[in-house]
Amino acid sequence: MARKPVASKAKTQSNVPEFTGEQDLEAYREMLLIRRFEEKAGQMYGMGLIGGFCHLYIGQEAVVTGVTMASEKGKDAQITGYRDHGHMLVMGLDPKGVMAELTGRQGGLSKGKGGSMHMFSNEHKFYGGNGIVGAQVSLGAGLAFAAKYRGDGSVSIAYFGDGAANQGQVYESFNMAKLWKLPVVFIIENNKYAMGTSIERAAATTDFSQRGLSFDIPGEQVDGMDVRMVYDAARRAIEHARSGKGPFILEMLTYRYRGHSMSDPAKYRTKDEVTKYRQERDPIEQVKARLIEGGFQTEDELKKIENDIRAIVTEAADFATNDPEPDASELWTDITISA
Amino acid sequence: MPQILMPALSPTMEEGKLSKWLVKVGDTVKSGDVLAEIETDKATMEVESVDEGVVKELLVEEGTEGVKVNTPIALVLAEGETAEAAPAAKTVPEPAEAPVVPAEKAAEAAPSAAAVPAAPKFEAQSDPDLPEGVEMVEMTVRQALNEAMAEELRRDKDVFVMGEEVAEYQGAYKITQNLLQEFGPERIIDTPITEHGFAGLAVGAAFAGLKPIVEFMTWNFAMQAIDQIINSAAKQLYMSGGQVKAPMVFRGPNGPAARVGAQHSQDYSAWYSHVPGLTVIAPYSAADAKGLLKAAIRSPNPVVFLENEILYGSTGLVPKVDDFLLPIGKARIARKGADVTVVSFSMGMRYATQATEKLVAAGVDVELIDLRTLRPLDSDTVVESVKKTGRLVTVEEGWPQGGIGSELSARVMEQAFDYLDAPVMRVTGKDVPMPYAANLEKLALPNVDEVIAAVNAVTYRS
Repeated sequence: MARKPVASKAKTQSNVPEFTGEQDLEAYREMLLIRRFEEKAGQMYGMGLIGGFCHLYIGQEAVVTGVTMASEKGKDAQITGYRDHGHMLVMGLDPKGVMAELTGRQGGLSKGKGGSMHMFSNEHKFYGGNGIVGAQVSLGAGLAFAAKYRGDGSVSIAYFGDGAANQGQVYESFNMAKLWKLPVVFIIENNKYAMGTSIERAAATTDFSQRGLSFDIPGEQVDGMDVRMVYDAARRAIEHARSGKGPFILEMLTYRYRGHSMSDPAKYRTKDEVTKYRQERDPIEQVKARLIEGGFQTEDELKKIENDIRAIVTEAADFATNDPEPDASELWTDITISA
Repeated sequence: MPQILMPALSPTMEEGKLSKWLVKVGDTVKSGDVLAEIETDKATMEVESVDEGVVKELLVEEGTEGVKVNTPIALVLAEGETAEAAPAAKTVPEPAEAPVVPAEKAAEAAPSAAAVPAAPKFEAQSDPDLPEGVEMVEMTVRQALNEAMAEELRRDKDVFVMGEEVAEYQGAYKITQNLLQEFGPERIIDTPITEHGFAGLAVGAAFAGLKPIVEFMTWNFAMQAIDQIINSAAKQLYMSGGQVKAPMVFRGPNGPAARVGAQHSQDYSAWYSHVPGLTVIAPYSAADAKGLLKAAIRSPNPVVFLENEILYGSTGLVPKVDDFLLPIGKARIARKGADVTVVSFSMGMRYATQATEKLVAAGVDVELIDLRTLRPLDSDTVVESVKKTGRLVTVEEGWPQGGIGSELSARVMEQAFDYLDAPVMRVTGKDVPMPYAANLEKLALPNVDEVIAAVNAVTYRS
């Protein structure tokens, strides 16, 4: 039985959108900052400086980088789940504040009271940082509701994973978003594993871009390892939402190199699979190669960027290590606001 | 950092086995390269390099068991670094100079630092004085709630109402009657039957600064949405270090209605009152319904507003003033008395009031307190009353275990134990799912006779 495909498949390399040297350079900086920051966070976790759960974004950098490059910074709202460090760095939140929140210090973005999964910024319109799988999808639809209610022309970008895509409230939110034409772009970061369960073992249909089909929400599968593809798709999806046409779904095909969280040995996948992604599809190496081959940057210039980023990360780590823990009196603050 | 330390790979890991080196002295490594495999009782994990450099020395042999977290296991020298810069630390079981003390270890080392600071005390305000000769208007609780919303919708454009059948149908229980006509479909919004989704959507709108009023057709259905109410709304301010607010009201009928069976007859008062970050209000009278709902809508905090279907049609006098606001967190002394304190709220007040009338006629001077707000709980008013009467009876429709009465009992024991002349007694709904049969339902609910019996027991009159 023939069925008309509503969603287009991931584009091939033959029709990949072009990036200027400036765009590649911006993407390179942002992605490298995430990579180095996360490696440092992993190291600090190993040293016992970061407690509890710590979910690293290594491997998925192109997704949030490309989407954020296509959004209006300071105007469009973003919200995600627990794998949130990269989102904050790209949105311009202070790396020192992020790292100090990971170490639970007073200078952390949430004064040390939130932790890895709970950081926010009203100023940057970043709404977390949510630890409950799928909750951010309804919340993100609510951010879009507020945008429409006020008519402020902003778009809400709600990220969630292939695991969250099986949660019921996701479809409740799809329904209302389409029904009310809310300006929201749903970004499904499909890294193939919901903790240790592969999509094939968890999802009856694994083409997540089609999950809005029954609500008539358009969707696209995107090569989430290529920042140009991400940017191009996000630009169109955001424009669609901003123009009043309602929600859009982008499924980003991506990959996380590390385990689900620091304590996950990732034995549910082969070493070859990880190695293949790292060697052949790495989002940062792709951009780096283009910058050099295109003659935009020399190895030395890239080395300088690398050193600059290392300095930022080192400064963040030093701050997060030496900043004091929150004062004991903070135990009782911020529970409710006195009217 | 030339030293590579034995990492902790889970919150509980203290030591592990260095099972395999994947690099050797002289190898050049860069960020992300796997240096070694380590094993714990739970798993085998890889140690990745964070820095670039050349492996100068492996300090722990592969196969070594019980390597403590943070022990140096290798030296990796960056470009230009010399070996002298790094201390040779072979076979050192503990780091010679601990580079960091994890927060929890620091706390262990300084036991006196663990003193818990005192909780701030909530100071409730008193009810406002009404102007001399103010007109009192008789109205139902339903009208009072409706007026409260209409007034606040007029006052603040950021306030909107969403829920099932709130607009075109005019409200399943007609609490939102005529709001659609006055405020239009942009502000009075019919939702699909999708509690989890629309509660979450409303919380997101509140994060962005709007002031949603979410109507649940009944609180029983809010069970689908309780994650968003607690994990997203109630905890947000704290988790964000005071940055992100959720100024909103979740409201609807709570508690048993009549002959609707187990799934539609539950009192959630104790459930929500358990949660820091929430404000929980459960009014009884029409005046309290109006004054407290208006205060709830203006509150910068997420408010759970528990109404009662059976009380919707009951009438009371509501002062006719421009802005009738009542203080959140303040109990109301419905009748002053000296012999026994009876405390209740919402529908429980009906049983308590009727029992009080009979008891007073029989010569028992009952002090009757309507809590009105369940969080923050005005235990001061209750404790002060018990200090006077020496006896306490609590009345609620909810289940006994972990109920509001249990909480009051504990607080009175902590704060007025020496004043008690009798054990605290609780009158509650029976510890069963609500039955459908008329006779059984009646048995499952608290009643006036049970309140009288409890008062007789604590005053030793029986």
